Order: sequence, then structure tokens, then C-alpha cells
Amino acid sequence: MSRKQLLPSGSSGMDADDTGCAILHVDMDAFFASVELIDRPELRGTPVIIGHPGGRGVVLSATYEARKFGVHSAMPMTRARRLCPQATIVPPSHGKYYEISKQVMEVFQQITPEVEPLSVDEAFLDVAGARRLFGSPARIAKLIRSRVADEFSITCSVGVASTKFVAKLASTHCKPDGLLVIPADGVVAFLHPLPVAALWGVGERTEQALVRLGIRTVGDLARVPVTTLQREFGAVGAHLADLAWGRDERRVTPYSPDKSIGNEETFAHDVDDPATIKRELLRLSERVAARLRTAGYVGRTVSVKLRRSDFTTISRSRTLREPTDVAKVIYATACDLYDASGLARVRLRLVGVRMENLRSADLASHQLSLGEREIGWREAEQAVDRAVQRFGADAVRPASLVRRPFGPMDV
Amino acid sequence: MMFRVDRDVLAEAVAWTARSLPARPSVPVLAGMRLEVTEQQELKLSGFDYEVSAEVTLQPQTGEPGVVLVSGRLLAEITRALPAQPVDVVVEGAKAVVTCGSARFTLLTMPVEDYPTLPAMPPAAGRVGSDVFASAVGQVAVATGKDDTLPMLTGVRMEIDGDTVTLAATDRYRLAVRELKWQPEQPAFEAVAMIPGRTLADTAKSLGSTGAEVEIALSGAGGTGEGMIGFSSAGRRTTSRLLDPDFPKYRSLLPTEFSATAELQTGAFVEAVKRVALVAERNTPVRLAFHGGEVVLEAGSGDEAQAVEVLQAELDGDEINIAFNHQFLLEGLGAIDSDVARLQFTTSTKPAILTGGKPVDDTLAPDYRYLIMPIRLSG
Repeated sequence: MSRKQLLPSGSSGMDADDTGCAILHVDMDAFFASVELIDRPELRGTPVIIGHPGGRGVVLSATYEARKFGVHSAMPMTRARRLCPQATIVPPSHGKYYEISKQVMEVFQQITPEVEPLSVDEAFLDVAGARRLFGSPARIAKLIRSRVADEFSITCSVGVASTKFVAKLASTHCKPDGLLVIPADGVVAFLHPLPVAALWGVGERTEQALVRLGIRTVGDLARVPVTTLQREFGAVGAHLADLAWGRDERRVTPYSPDKSIGNEETFAHDVDDPATIKRELLRLSERVAARLRTAGYVGRTVSVKLRRSDFTTISRSRTLREPTDVAKVIYATACDLYDASGLARVRLRLVGVRMENLRSADLASHQLSLGEREIGWREAEQAVDRAVQRFGADAVRPASLVRRPFGPMDV
Repeated sequence: MMFRVDRDVLAEAVAWTARSLPARPSVPVLAGMRLEVTEQQELKLSGFDYEVSAEVTLQPQTGEPGVVLVSGRLLAEITRALPAQPVDVVVEGAKAVVTCGSARFTLLTMPVEDYPTLPAMPPAAGRVGSDVFASAVGQVAVATGKDDTLPMLTGVRMEIDGDTVTLAATDRYRLAVRELKWQPEQPAFEAVAMIPGRTLADTAKSLGSTGAEVEIALSGAGGTGEGMIGFSSAGRRTTSRLLDPDFPKYRSLLPTEFSATAELQTGAFVEAVKRVALVAERNTPVRLAFHGGEVVLEAGSGDEAQAVEVLQAELDGDEINIAFNHQFLLEGLGAIDSDVARLQFTTSTKPAILTGGKPVDDTLAPDYRYLIMPIRLSG
């Protein structure tokens, strides 16, 4: 995120020609932080960092006031606090973010069904079919911005272009609280001065490799023969050449259902005690199950991720007899997988629990077993969901999690 | 050691004994089949894997006492392929030579002194017709669990109370119970045994073809041969180790009162379930809606293929919508052994009971009951 904000300014604003620019990229500005500010207006205009304060947590979001100090997402919290000691640290409340995100996505849905959510805080829209109803793409972008601001008191930035990746660059470019149209004939002029790192799919490794070849800007890249790029980067080379000329064939794929839902946790200190690890698996299973229920999914495959101290990572998964959203079932499977992983008693840095093979909970059915109670764990966990909704995340939890093994006290 | 025996007799005896040989023996000698001619001129063929033993006794045309151990699987393949003529087996040093007509095989022998002694039969407890026994075991074994991590659910429970034998098995989702009469050695004999389901089903089936009676050998608590059960019929005997006797208290799980009873033609019902189940994934339900004189069968879900079929069904009681795993339903319908299938319900989330036809006397529980837990649909 941070690297990609180093963009030159001076491109076309919203009055530019938006003919043929049917792709919108909507990106919420500092989403988690903005949502927190809804409830805490007194923090507006001040540096705020969202993240777990202790140990090895990372910054999940930060207000632009905090970003001025060099704070950015995914930065270790300790570093962020050093950079900006005056910032208010707010622990994340994920349920709230998902709720607002869902409502924002619904606003998009009212404009066009062609909405492809990328994450909780960004989405692509193809508004080609919405012009008759709502006007030109730029008008629609403006409409979205004002509706989001009015209904949720948070701001978003919208990029308008003829392709997905240029639209995404445009929204990044006009952040925060901006709107940018890149006309079809202005794509090359917009792209070429940008640093190569701005391109989608160019991470640090590719960037270094490109810089070694003397390629610093997208324009430099565009002038390198495709064959050279292919020799250097294989299949990625041809893709880079396409991007450098603004070619991107990918369509907006409306609503791809979540492929998986997972949570992971990096321990404050590496842990080899199976009891502690299983307690963490329980906590993660509870969280994953609650997310499944909130999203209305059940999953059939439980997958566990285990990372050793030396960062080598293994995943183990098992497909259940029938899909579930019950933490107790997920946890039992996760423990089996951990026990069978051969990593019991090995020092672990991170554990994760993930549910894959998701489907809508409406279609799920449950094979009853002999003597099973009609009101079972699923109902108990649904009751917990309701309590949590009313009284907050800490209202009800399994007894073994009441005393958090890694509370702020330990740090 | 040598013997001569008719090819068909030998091939059948070898094939039967070879069934109990382990596919991956823990010790090499367990892959062997033991052939012995006794002083009484009897030929005994036996196999053992420490869990299950099998032994056939037959009368050879000629024989010289002695014992030899050869690869069971190889011997089974050879005898199956031999022409229909007398077979001669002669041990020559470390080799066993099998001759039949113009064919001659030389087999390596295995060290017979390393072979474990077969367990002795427990005392005989009673007798039952082999065909009755085979069909009863077949009816119950369908409900055993296939998951070896839960041994309790892979077994068939046998309860003996005087002249009544009750067989029961469950995999948690269905429960099959069969009662049958037998002739106990002692009129007040009581015993409970958990028999590995697969072994019991195999044994009952293979003894069922003899047409004779099956003798069941089982000691009461504390008797000799505890932890072991034996079956013998027409010169064949099998023993099996028993499982831990833990079993759900199933009698209380069998409902006795119902809100509705439906009767259907078994054949038509099976065909219809098979058809609609074509669109149902594994472990997904077939939905049944009973009302008036018919039942509507449905499978498949909104965004996938769907199937529906209507069938005549005589309903006595409240209308009901209920869903079952189609495999469980089909296996139950296959087990009732009756042209008329009778389903009894209470509610859509309570167990249903499948039996064959209307019992002659409604006050008596039917011999065979197949309990099936429904699938609860969401929404």
C-alpha cells in the first residue's frame, strides 16, 4: 500500500472523458480506522492506529494523520508506536467492519449487480449497464461517494477507467476521498510515469529484478521487448508487458462467493506446549465459526496451518462428512490435524485455522445421530452469537479461553 | 505327508480357508495355509491371522499323516485353475508338489513350526439354521459403521437370552435389530458378545451356503475361551476375537409410539429412491412428503439439478415431511426382505422405523427393525 502511493500527480480529474470507462474501483479510505471514528468522533483529525497493542501484532489500519508519520498497514505495532507515539491505539472490532462492509456492498448492488468485492473494503463495479439509470460512469462514481459519505460517515475513493487494473491504480492515486477518471486515450500517459512497483503483481522481488535491468518506470517497462521480459520472468513477463500498455482483459466477476474463511495467530513468543497451542486452536475455531455463521456459510474442509520458529510452514486439511459452522466440530478436527501433524512439541510461531469448501448455510442439512439432542452445539453457539452481538466480543467464550494466555498483561 | 482329493472339493475348501488369510500379514508365516492329514485320515486346512481363524475338515480319498505350510493365496489360485480331476499333494523335502491330470506345480513350503496354534473352540452354546442365521446377520450388518477408528460401531452385538438371539448394529445414524429363535444347549443360557461386523457377515454368508445348521460356540462370563466366538457347520469352523462389549443402550432409543405409519411397495419405492438420488450428492438427503395416498420424493437443491417423483403410499396418521440419507434408506429397504415396506414416524427430526409389511399381530414387535435417523434440513 505505502509503496504504491508514491504516484505522480496531475492526471485527469472527474471532468475527463469517461466514454468507455465502465469499470469502477471503489476503495474505502483507511476503512477500519474510519469505522472506529464513527463511534469515537473525538478522535477525528488525530492519528489513530488500529491493531492489537501488544507483542508482535501488526497495524491493520491507520488514519491519514498517522500515515503522515510513516505508519502503514502490515507494519509491526512496535515500530508504528515508535514512529507515532502520540497515536491512539484502538484494538480491532472485526464484527463491526464486516457489518459496515456488507451495507456498503449493498449500496453498490443497488447500482449494478456487477459487483466484485475484493476484500472488506474494496470492490470493482462494471457500470456499463447502469448508465441508462444513473448516468455516466463518472456520475455514478460521484453518486457512490456521496451515498457512502451520507449513509456511513466514511469516505471512499473511486477510480474510473476502461480496465480493472487502471481503475485500481486511479483510486489509489486519488486517495483519500478522491475521484479520478482515466480516459481510454489517457491510459498510456497516466501509466508510463508511474514507478513499476505501482503495477499489479509487481512485488518487491520483481521490482528489484526490474530495477537491476534499469527499468524503473512503467514507461521503461513498456519499451522493453516482450521477448526480453519473457526470458527474464517467464509467463509473468508477457503479463507485465500487457499491463505496461494498459491491457487487462479481466472482467468484473460479480460476487464470487468466499472460497474460504480463516484466522491465524502469531504467538507473542514461540510456543511448544500442546495445551497452549490447542487453546489457540480453540480460539481460532470459535472465531472462524462465528465468521461462517455471520456470513451465512457452512464449510466442509478444515485446514490447519502450522509455522515453525524457522518460518517453515505446513498445512493439513480434512474434509468432513457434512459441512459445518460449529466451532466444536472445527476445533475437534483442528486438534486431530495438529496431533497427526508430527509437530506436537515443536516450537511454533504461528497457527491458523481455515474452513474451505464453503457453501450457503441455507442449503446445508444435518444428519441427526442416535440420541442426539435436538438443541445441540450449533444452537448453543448461535446463542453465543446473539449475546456477543448485544454485549460485545468478550460476553461469552469457552471457559478455557476466559483467561487469555496472551493478554496485554504478558507483554 | 501326502493326500489325494477331488479337485472341486479341494478348490472350495482352499478358497473358503483363504478368505481369512491376511492381505498384509504382520508375520510372513501368517500368509501360509496349513494342510494337515491327521492319524484319523482327515485332511484339515487352516488359516489364522491372530484375530480370525478358519479351518475346514474333509475326507481325502487317500492320505498319509503329516503337516505342511504353503502360500495360501497361491494355493487358492492354483486349485481354482486345475482341471476337474483328482488332485495329489505330496511333500518332497522342502517342496510341496501338486499334481492334477497333466499339470504339476512345485510350491515352496514355509516353516510350519513357526505357525501359531489355532485357538480352541469355546464350548458350544447352541444351534441355528445356517440360512436363517445368514439372512439375520445380513440384515443387521448393513448398519455397522465402516470407520475403524470407532471399533464399537463396527461390531454386531449378539445378545442371547435362552432361546432368543438378538443381533444389533449401529453406525450412529441407523440401528438394525433382529431377533431370532435358536436351540440353546442349556435352556437358560445368557451371554452378550460384540463380534467384528465384517467377519461375522463373511462367516454367516459362507456358512449359509452349506444348508446345514450352524453351531455357535461361546462361553458365558468367566468360562474357557472367553473373548472368543466360534461358528461351525458342515466341517467348517471359524473363530473370531470379540470386541469390547460396549454398545449404546439401544432399546430405549427405539420409539414405541408413532404419529404416522406409511406402507409402500418396496420394489417401486427402491426404484424411485434410486432415480431421484441420481441428483443427490453423497450424504445429501432425499426428501419425502407423505400426504393423502401418496408420497412425493425430491432430491437436489436450488442451484443444482433436482428430481421429483410421486408414488402411491398408504398413510395412516398425520401428514409428514421427512428427509433421509438415500444410501441409508436404500440399504434399509434392501434389508427388510419384504414386498411391502412400512415406515413409522413421530416427527421429522425423530427416528423413523422401517420394517417389512404389517406384522400379523400388531401388538408384537416385528422380528426385524431398521431405525433410521432423519436429516434435518435448515430453514
